[in-house]
Amino acid sequence: MKTSASAPATTLPAASSIRSVIAASSVGTLIEWYDFYIFGSMATIISTQFFPKENPTAALLSTLATFAAGFIVRPFGALVFGRLGDLVGRKYTFLLTLVLMGGSTFLIGCIPTYESIGIFAPILVLLLRLLQGLALGGEYGGAATYVAEHSPTDRRGYFTSWIQTTATLGLFVSLLVIVATRQSVGVAAFEDWGWRVPFLLSAVLVGVSIYIRLRMQESPLFQKLKSEGNTSKNPLAESFGKRENLKMVLLALLGATAGQGVIWYTGQFYALSFIQKACNVEFVQSNYLVVIALAIATPGFILFGALSDKIGRKPIMLLGMLLGVLTYRPIYQAMYDISDTSIKTEIPGQTLTNAEAGLVTTSKAFTDGTTWTSVQKSPAEPPRITVTLGTSGFWSMMGLVLIQVIYVTMVYGPIAAFLVELFPTRIRYTSMSLPYHIGNGVFGGLTPFLATALVEKAKLSGTPQAYLEGLWYPILVAGVCFTIGLVYLSNQRTNTQHD
Amino acid sequence: MNALKRFFGLLWIALGLYVGYDRIVDSVAKISSENLENRIFGWVVLLVLTPLITGGLCLFGYYALKGEYDER
Repeated sequence: MKTSASAPATTLPAASSIRSVIAASSVGTLIEWYDFYIFGSMATIISTQFFPKENPTAALLSTLATFAAGFIVRPFGALVFGRLGDLVGRKYTFLLTLVLMGGSTFLIGCIPTYESIGIFAPILVLLLRLLQGLALGGEYGGAATYVAEHSPTDRRGYFTSWIQTTATLGLFVSLLVIVATRQSVGVAAFEDWGWRVPFLLSAVLVGVSIYIRLRMQESPLFQKLKSEGNTSKNPLAESFGKRENLKMVLLALLGATAGQGVIWYTGQFYALSFIQKACNVEFVQSNYLVVIALAIATPGFILFGALSDKIGRKPIMLLGMLLGVLTYRPIYQAMYDISDTSIKTEIPGQTLTNAEAGLVTTSKAFTDGTTWTSVQKSPAEPPRITVTLGTSGFWSMMGLVLIQVIYVTMVYGPIAAFLVELFPTRIRYTSMSLPYHIGNGVFGGLTPFLATALVEKAKLSGTPQAYLEGLWYPILVAGVCFTIGLVYLSNQRTNTQHD
Repeated sequence: MNALKRFFGLLWIALGLYVGYDRIVDSVAKISSENLENRIFGWVVLLVLTPLITGGLCLFGYYALKGEYDER
């Protein structure tokens, strides 16, 4: 790999200082992801509190809250806060996004229910959810830029990879807080008022993070630009109005972040949805599978970030995409087979049928430890099937999810350093935030919805193995992205100390 | 390599136009669905995803064709 190396013109912090920069940036970003995920993780409870199905307006607002915050508003947040970050500085901008995110999350926890204030409740929730999306759109680019601009050029991949772990860890923390609160107050109290606790807790977490971030210094590269009077006067126009930068934004989107987005969402979210819906694996067991795989694979972000400092960002990210393209279908077929009881050996005499309170429950046991349960409310309705995997099935399934999460760490670990190095300091925050949030938020975020739509279409047309058809979306996007990356991306690392 | 980059430019433009056509047809069907979630999803694909794919690939292809990504 070629590296243009020359003596830095700015003073970079010492090792202990860079560690505190990473810690402060990562904790804040982790909290933002925590805030963003708790809404999704408690979607069912939030629906009953704010979006009653019998009210069509509330149902519309609920669907808008799902799509708008995750996919539409995030790129706008990238533009608004990216511009601000390039004009006034990284430190104050990502402090602002943190306050906005924490404040919105806290306020969601305070809104009276639909029963108390009627339609104002879902409207307020939607508005606050939109603010969450905006804040998330502004946070990541700021944190990645801030850490990268404190890092020595030859270790930028390693240092920024800590930021890359925060999305996964944020999901972890949100699940832990929700489960702990539910266990502490009980299921009934949790559904009544306890669900508000994880939202309200955000105020404390954000308060601590703000305190830490306030003590930090501005990025040395931005500080230097500012003292020389070389900051951009109009970052949006410079980023997207000038061909020489716009072509790099397009290359970042189509040659890296779109593929990264679909690999990320397939490995971390579509896998879970597939295990629950296509394989019918029991809810708690399916979540355990994914949580264990995430826990084992998370160090991969750091590993591949550090490796990218040695061999370049391009080969690692492209290999992750290529592996996804080549192996998703066999992996998902294997996942399906693990839970397919029609190819297992049933233990004779262990089939139990019980009819009670209008419910007909049938259960079967299989020689590999798997159990199958069918619950039917009435003959007119299809039964609800639940499969609980035996020990070997559980670990085999976890291994298949783990492989996918390793692909995620390959594409996601080095990408912050890759994006940072693609753009000059004066417009970096703006230029890198937009392709990241379009790639991750729009291309990636729509993966579960587009994949499900493809499966439904295949089922209607009687396609054999319709359950695998949803994979065509991530395979095609990652395939195009891999080809563009292979042909057009350079593996050369630029030295942004002097741009 | 530069010749390949330029030639592929045509491919990206063609792909962008094809995906645009395909997504528009699919989205219109979803927008006329009875299901509210399907309708909103159709609008999201039509107004957000399709312009990004079509516009992005066509502009990228145009730049590639003009030699903007050539190694100098």
